[in-house]
Amino acid sequence: MTDQTPALRLEEIVKTFPGVRALDGVSFSVMPGEVHALMGENGAGKSTLMKVLGGIYQPDEGRIYIEERETVMKGPLEAKAEGVMFIHQELSLAQELSVAENIYLGELPRKSLGRVDWGTLYSRTDAILEKLRVGFNARTLVGELSIANQQMVEIARALTVDAKAVIFDEPTASLTDAEKVVLFDVIEELKREGVGIVYISHRMEEIFKITDRISVLRDGSYRGTLNTAETNEDEITQMMIGRALDLSRNHEHLDLGPVALRVEGLSCGHLFQDATFEVREGEVLGFYGLVGAGRTEIAETLFGLRKPTAGRIFLKEEEVTISSPIEAIGMGISLVPESRKEQGLVLGMNCRDNITLPQVGDLTAGPFVSDGAEISIYDQYRDRLQIKSPSWRATVGNLSGGNQQKIVIGKWLSMRPEVLIVDEPTRGIDVGSKSEIHNLLRELAKQGYAVIVISSEMPEVLHVSDRIVAMYSGRIMREFTAEEVTEDSLIQAISGITGDAA
Amino acid sequence: MQNDTVKKLVRNGAIWAFILFQLVFFEVAGRWWSLSDGAFMDMDSMLLLLKQSAPIGIIAVGMTVVMINGNIDLSVGATYALAGIVMLDSMNWPFMQAMGDSAIPLAWLFALFTGCLLGLINGVIVWKTGVDAFIVTLGAMLGYRGLVFMYNGEQPTYHLNWTMVDFAEASILGLQTPAIVFLAVVLIVWLVMTRTIHGRNAYAIGDNREAAVNAGIRVGPHFVLNFVLIGFLAALSAVAFYSGSGSVNPNDGMLFELWAITAVVLGGTKLTGGRGSIIGTLGGVIAIQLLRRGLNHIGAQTETVNLVIGTILIAVLFLDRQLNRKGAEELKV
Repeated sequence: MTDQTPALRLEEIVKTFPGVRALDGVSFSVMPGEVHALMGENGAGKSTLMKVLGGIYQPDEGRIYIEERETVMKGPLEAKAEGVMFIHQELSLAQELSVAENIYLGELPRKSLGRVDWGTLYSRTDAILEKLRVGFNARTLVGELSIANQQMVEIARALTVDAKAVIFDEPTASLTDAEKVVLFDVIEELKREGVGIVYISHRMEEIFKITDRISVLRDGSYRGTLNTAETNEDEITQMMIGRALDLSRNHEHLDLGPVALRVEGLSCGHLFQDATFEVREGEVLGFYGLVGAGRTEIAETLFGLRKPTAGRIFLKEEEVTISSPIEAIGMGISLVPESRKEQGLVLGMNCRDNITLPQVGDLTAGPFVSDGAEISIYDQYRDRLQIKSPSWRATVGNLSGGNQQKIVIGKWLSMRPEVLIVDEPTRGIDVGSKSEIHNLLRELAKQGYAVIVISSEMPEVLHVSDRIVAMYSGRIMREFTAEEVTEDSLIQAISGITGDAA
Repeated sequence: MQNDTVKKLVRNGAIWAFILFQLVFFEVAGRWWSLSDGAFMDMDSMLLLLKQSAPIGIIAVGMTVVMINGNIDLSVGATYALAGIVMLDSMNWPFMQAMGDSAIPLAWLFALFTGCLLGLINGVIVWKTGVDAFIVTLGAMLGYRGLVFMYNGEQPTYHLNWTMVDFAEASILGLQTPAIVFLAVVLIVWLVMTRTIHGRNAYAIGDNREAAVNAGIRVGPHFVLNFVLIGFLAALSAVAFYSGSGSVNPNDGMLFELWAITAVVLGGTKLTGGRGSIIGTLGGVIAIQLLRRGLNHIGAQTETVNLVIGTILIAVLFLDRQLNRKGAEELKV
């Protein structure tokens, strides 16, 4: 990073959409062999900047330089020809085609008469896959691969060209820890080859582990670049949101009520086994573990979406069987699901209708739904949860992630549940809204709800929980109180290291 | 967010703007370019237009509901024909003949029951097997049409009853029975879709089935209810039409499903569910019928009509897509 020319340089990029200045003179550069993090809240302009770079949007002002040569990106093909490759968060692979066909899609090696040169195709692909040290080969069908391996295919695609810069957009969102290690090795390898890497992520841990420099965007404008070694999480967070995020450990002591939910020896096939725990009124119980440890599956079983193969569930010390969401809702169990957009919201509907969705059957005046009753429920939860929406008529799909999540939470609070299960409460939500959601969860416990929070983010679990259940591979390894838990013991428990006190 | 309202306005208003354009265009073309002697926009021809729209219009209303719900029904044309046959044939049964004119309501009931039953079969299969509605009703379309031919071979089924004909041609304020039935159906189903729990849930299921299930909505019964509704409406359409004509050909109602879908889509309903409106469909139905009459009015050959409608359908959907994509790009910011 001394007197080299940058692999990629963006200069004073401006992009406006009707009513919004999405990018306001952003400059940004990546050196060859550098991992450069691009950070900012959702809506700060990261994706827009990358779309400008990828030729999907044309900038209103500003220039793009590849190795100091000014370049106009007319479309994704130009970007690829210039050696700028993107690894997207959402995978774009043809599930029914082989790995090799996906990697060389659009430029399959040919023989005469337009026939595909399968031999060359497979040998070239296998050479790339070897570099990535993956456990599948060129002929494997993409649909048969795990999400992590599919991501490896995307990365392999980037390696087919002489890439000058590779952009990783939230690459670890769906990866397990072991898979992350492989990914980081690959990034390391690319670095050694002198490729400039842009790394977009919300995960501080990763950012500090693998990047060399960090650039921060806020509200479409450039806030500065720091050397990773010379900064810390607080400083970055402050740059991103303009103030510090409180993720201190939870030290509150709440007055606990009676046991709201007790689970004994609950199992569901190979997904999870022998889960025993309880949650009291006025308490937040955190579930921590890796993706696939069985946390979400336990929640889904409690909500009647899965049928348990063994075990008993007690609500207020009364044994119950729950075989559908309808029954669960009737018993006072509510689930804020892991993926808001797919499982939680009807995106095309307005805010009010989404909040009243589960109880619209009770809000009638004669044969018709009562407008007034619905609006008053909406108003009540808008005020209570501070939902920021121009009116109840606004389409939910147009709200920010944080407000969408509040709508889902409001939907379930309006059903007056006894037990509220929240799966990944702040996934895909910007930093500012995160702390609002955290405060809200604490507040709900204070009001006497029994709250179960499932999260993959350790600071979050530590921040909101009164007790923490650590899961590993379908089993509850250990239970901690907020006082006794340490980060080390928690990590050990979710990695299957039993230790002394298990 | 004001954008939202504007978008909705454009989306819902487009079909009516198109109708207005047609009215003006055909009037001007007819009068000033002397392509026709009469006026295009006279009251009688507009009332007639509504009557002619009724058979497909009534079915299109049902199709709107099924499509908002995220399904489709291709069997309505066959259901229409079968319900017509049941109605007319039942009038020939000895005990019905013995009843004289009081058999008429009974014949109607038989027809409507047939429609409901066929719809129920579709709905239950879609619910219980989980097979896509497109496939299920494609099979039903062939199967029900098979029943039509089994009933009377290639022969038409007929029964002329003048009381029934009088009823079908009765009119209030110039609106004949089929037109009144059509407008009543539009009004009632519009209320159902915009004001009732069933309507709300149908939209929710069509937009995001998983979220609807998670909110404790029973998806299956809503599906079945909507298939029964469209079956009923296909039969009602047959009742309104065949009461007057008195004769069913085994090929009657063919392509009705496609005309209904065309009208529904022109009216702004999304093919994948979750969005659409009954009033929009009313617009779609009128727009198609207007186009037929209009082209006829200015002396275009009848053969060109389908070509023009097909072209317009694609153009409209293209415009809709452009409008929505513009919106989507802005929102991502």
